[in-house]
Amino acid sequence: MTTTAPDLRKVTKPAKAKTRRGGGVMGNTGLYIATGVAALLFLVPFYLIVRNALMTDQEITGEEWKWFPTSIQWGNITEPFDDVTVDFAQSLWNSVVVAVLHTTGILLICSMAGYGLARIPYKHANKVFYAVLATLMVPTAVTFVPSFVLVSSLGWVDSYRGLIIPGLFSGFTCFLFRQYFLGFPKELEEAARVDGLGYWGAYWRVVVPNSLNFFAAIATITFINGWNAFLWPLVIGQDPSAWTVQVALSSYMTNQTVNYHLIFMATAISILPLVFVFLFLQRWLVQGIAQTGIKG
Amino acid sequence: MSTTTTRGVAKNPASAKVSKDRPRRGLTANSTFNFWLFTGPFLTGLVIFVFVPIGWSIYLSFFEARFTVTPSEFVGFDNYKQILTDADFRNSLVTFTVFAAFIVPATWAMSLGLALLVNRLRFMRAFFRSVFFLPTAVSYVAAALIWKMSIFNGVRFGLMNTVIGWFGIDNVAWLANPDPPWYWLVIVTVRLWLQSGFYMILFLAALQNIPRELYEAAAIDGAKSGWQTFRYITLPQLRATSTAVILLLLIAAYQAFDEFFNLLPKATWGQPPLVELYKMALGENQNYGAGSAGAVVLTLLICVVTLFQGKIMGFGRGEESK
Repeated sequence: MTTTAPDLRKVTKPAKAKTRRGGGVMGNTGLYIATGVAALLFLVPFYLIVRNALMTDQEITGEEWKWFPTSIQWGNITEPFDDVTVDFAQSLWNSVVVAVLHTTGILLICSMAGYGLARIPYKHANKVFYAVLATLMVPTAVTFVPSFVLVSSLGWVDSYRGLIIPGLFSGFTCFLFRQYFLGFPKELEEAARVDGLGYWGAYWRVVVPNSLNFFAAIATITFINGWNAFLWPLVIGQDPSAWTVQVALSSYMTNQTVNYHLIFMATAISILPLVFVFLFLQRWLVQGIAQTGIKG
Repeated sequence: MSTTTTRGVAKNPASAKVSKDRPRRGLTANSTFNFWLFTGPFLTGLVIFVFVPIGWSIYLSFFEARFTVTPSEFVGFDNYKQILTDADFRNSLVTFTVFAAFIVPATWAMSLGLALLVNRLRFMRAFFRSVFFLPTAVSYVAAALIWKMSIFNGVRFGLMNTVIGWFGIDNVAWLANPDPPWYWLVIVTVRLWLQSGFYMILFLAALQNIPRELYEAAAIDGAKSGWQTFRYITLPQLRATSTAVILLLLIAAYQAFDEFFNLLPKATWGQPPLVELYKMALGENQNYGAGSAGAVVLTLLICVVTLFQGKIMGFGRGEESK
């Protein structure tokens, strides 16, 4: 920010090129080859999904390895929906409902709590905060047995309530929001207070609209986790009508008859919305991880 | 910190028209109400869905509770004895240890390596970063499916068997046979693929925070770029991030369930703690008593790890600030 900074950068630019990017053209070629090979390896699983989803089973299981389908089987797209053994459409819909409500609920509940802990003065606020911190020591995955016991005695097995509500009270997300709000500029809130807004009004009209980047980052992470969750939906979804798409995919693997192209088409359909969400929101996601991950 | 905010507001010249004491007193009562208004929903849920289950499971762990959650027969520490002498449960802890010994260093090295590569790119940097980061969007179930049905399929048309076939090697039953334990290759690579990109982002952020001047000073002192600067500048500067990443990886490995459950559904080998717990509590016996005792034991174990983590991360920070 100081005036010397740009000068310094100008002076060091050639030096930087020599020391850090060293090796010139040859080094650069090597660097790009290494990165390119790694990238290709990382893309192999995606390639396999698409390949298998658009082939016939005869080609997939054929004598000779085929890199691409001889003719693309677009008809495979509808097959998971016509399958009678697994209600794929229902499981996909369950996942949409669960992931959307999970994300909305967590954002609403945990952000408010985080704001309360960060900014509203209260004598016992510290004690409350320590109680929240204590829950971070116990990962929810390890306590699925007692949680299941509780949810089943509430009669919430096989229901959206059972799938969604127990996961909404994430101590970690609350903690992330608290850390974020501690760094939120106080002047903005004070201005809102001067304009006659209480905590509630200041929060909704000033704090939230000015924190959308952070909300977007948390929303993306939460949505991905909600869509991809497996253990809890497996425990709660005893009846196939309550399966999420992950539980449905898992059931394909243990079925008696294996229908490769159908299974991979179903996998492709289950991943596609997420890949779009991911590519579209990646910027906020990367920011959010860099902000909250370690430096927090 | 937060109390100063309200005082600041109360004393704010802009609100000077109101008498001095009133708004302050009003705000204190007001702020207690607001505190509960904001945190109440969360805290209520936290008590019901986190604290109550933990308490209940401690209670259940002292009772004979099969197929019921309201048991009447008190059995003392029998469930704990049963769990700790259970060969399957102890084996699951061994499985976790082996798994962690593979996956933690592998992910650390892979994510750091990718971060170093991406950090040096000048063109197409965002593209490559996205490629390595993309698997984060894929679920463990979907990835396990690809690994089991396509890459490490034990039959002839699996990708790996096709590739080794080009070199004249016979088909390998990757998952169906614990001897030789090829299943570890499958289990470790699937998680490596899924999580490396995420930790790469952490390392990238940390790499960009290393002051350029350090490298310039080293260059002036005659350090060769490459191994020397990596060993004596980059690696020490990444120490705090590395420590945190390793502990995050350890805790994640401890909770591994999805890929084991889907890759080795009928196996008696390679079962981690959470899968054993699942079988015990939700399998044929529905033994909630023993399952709860297992949950308590695993929770205590992870608490030890987390406390240890707090200590180490505390040290890491202290050194960084020096």
